[in-house]
Amino acid sequence: MIKVTDLSHRIGPAPILSDVSLSLPAGKITALIGPNGAGKSTLLSLIARLTPLQHGQITVAGLDVARTPSAALAKVMAILPQNASVHSRLRVRDLVAFGRWPHHQGRPGPEDRAMVAAAITRMGLDALADRFLDALSGGQRQRAHLAMAFAQGTEWLLLDEPLAALDMAHARRLMQELAALRDAGKSVVLVLHEVNYAAAWADHVVAMQNGRIVAEGPPAEVFTPAVLEPLYDMPLRVETYAGRPLVLNHL
Amino acid sequence: MARYVLLGLALLASAAVYLLPNLGAKWEFVLALRATRLAGLVLVGIAIAVATVLFQTVARNRILTPQIMGLDALFIFLQTALVAGLGPIGFAALSSQARFGLEVALLIGAALLLFGTLLGRGAQDVPRMILTGVILGVLFRSLSGFLARVMDPNAFVIVQAEVAASFSRVNAGLLPVAALATLAVVGLALWLAPRLDVLALGRPAAVSLGLAHDRLVLIVLALVAVLVAVATALVGPLSFLGLLVAALARPFAGTDRHLPVLISAMMLAALMLVAGQTLFERALGQQSTLPAVVEFAGGLVFLFLLLRGRIR
Ligand SMILES: Nc1ncnc2c1ncn2[C@@H]1O[C@H](COP(=O)(O)OP(=O)(O)OP(=O)(O)O)[C@@H](O)[C@H]1O
Ligand SMILES: [Mg+2]
Repeated sequence: MIKVTDLSHRIGPAPILSDVSLSLPAGKITALIGPNGAGKSTLLSLIARLTPLQHGQITVAGLDVARTPSAALAKVMAILPQNASVHSRLRVRDLVAFGRWPHHQGRPGPEDRAMVAAAITRMGLDALADRFLDALSGGQRQRAHLAMAFAQGTEWLLLDEPLAALDMAHARRLMQELAALRDAGKSVVLVLHEVNYAAAWADHVVAMQNGRIVAEGPPAEVFTPAVLEPLYDMPLRVETYAGRPLVLNHL
Repeated sequence: MARYVLLGLALLASAAVYLLPNLGAKWEFVLALRATRLAGLVLVGIAIAVATVLFQTVARNRILTPQIMGLDALFIFLQTALVAGLGPIGFAALSSQARFGLEVALLIGAALLLFGTLLGRGAQDVPRMILTGVILGVLFRSLSGFLARVMDPNAFVIVQAEVAASFSRVNAGLLPVAALATLAVVGLALWLAPRLDVLALGRPAAVSLGLAHDRLVLIVLALVAVLVAVATALVGPLSFLGLLVAALARPFAGTDRHLPVLISAMMLAALMLVAGQTLFERALGQQSTLPAVVEFAGGLVFLFLLLRGRIR
């Protein structure tokens, strides 16, 4: 479980997150939704200790992120930041191999190589594995970063808008992979703007607005006009398809 | 692998050509003199090569070097300020090793203050960083000049002797301590190489892989400061050698991994200085033109990188 208690965050004088408390269930897919600027990425990067904690407490699988050594946390959670990019000039295979670094600290073993190969295959990158990252399309690069997060093999996976650059075939494939990971006992938290992916695949949904949590629960409870219309400040209809909500937000 | 062997052989050959011919009757004396100078050249090459590769990793681009950012000018300013602060008598009371140690400590502190904040998250705006470096360089040089003007004449003579090191006047008294410092720092850098590969991914990726990113940046800056101090104390400022060897070392190593890049850069820099000095001193009879030529070539590389827009 990820437990967030009384979390507040400011950048300069501007409050970005105010008194956020929530728990994210282990062994489930949790979707974080909300309009642009709601504070989703900030929350995720605080959980992943990419941004130093100002006020409040966060524990991941019982480990306090402010106190636990970063190297120990890297074996428990992996994060894909929004617009992930790296500075080095690397081939896809080398990037994915860095995902194993927390486990071998520079001396990869056969098990590490096997996990890297599996992650590359999982993201459909076998044909691209020896290409340089800067010679890939945006979506291909995104998949390479996803493969790196997968290769880390952690209990928790935090993904900030993993679908942003993917075509619909790869988007569905990714959600299937995440569901498979969940069924194998892993926990996934992802920021999604495509509400219907959240409605179809998530077990738990957290809705944020202006740095606060405004709704939380299973998709059927959160994806209702009563919650979504004020959240995104737009009128919309919600139908039911195959027992799950289907939001008609594009009409 | 064969490439490294060839490079090593070339280095040995040029060292032999530098040391051995025309020793004459007073051969012991001449050999010792040449060996000292050779050791200085090799040390300076190694120090500048490693300092540049490390600094470029922290700055996250391929065009900034410690010298372009004014670190050597800062060192000379510290040397001058130390003389002014201690006075001629206090200064003379310290051994040259103790003075060097003091200067290195000051440079580490100043570099951490200056670049730790400036580069903490990587150089985002490279043109602005270059401009900052140019301004810092001018600032430190003018401050040194100002101090030299207002200090008392006896102290000024000391300063002149202190900062007069050049290729043809290697500061031999410092060689042992400089060699020790370089050896320790280079060993540490090679040991840190796998971590530097992770650091080079950028802060978010490095932190999420569990690297103590911010601490490593400060450690690397301290190492860079020691190496720049060594090179500047031994032969004076050299602006573009580092840029040149770092730009050559990556294609030579065929990868961006730090271990091979660091080793290639060290060997290339040592070869360039030793072979260059042999050529100019022996074949052309020009003792002091090598730095000018190296600087010219390095300056061209700098312009080329700038014009090609390859500033990352
Ligand atoms: N460096 C900064 N300085 C000031 N405000 C910032 C800074 N970075 C982010 N913010 C503000 O913090 C708020 C939350 O940003 P955050 O990136 O967490 O939003 P988000 O929910 O992830 O949005 P999106 O869906 O667009 O990714 C935004 O209002 C943003 O303008
Ligand atoms: Mg975001």
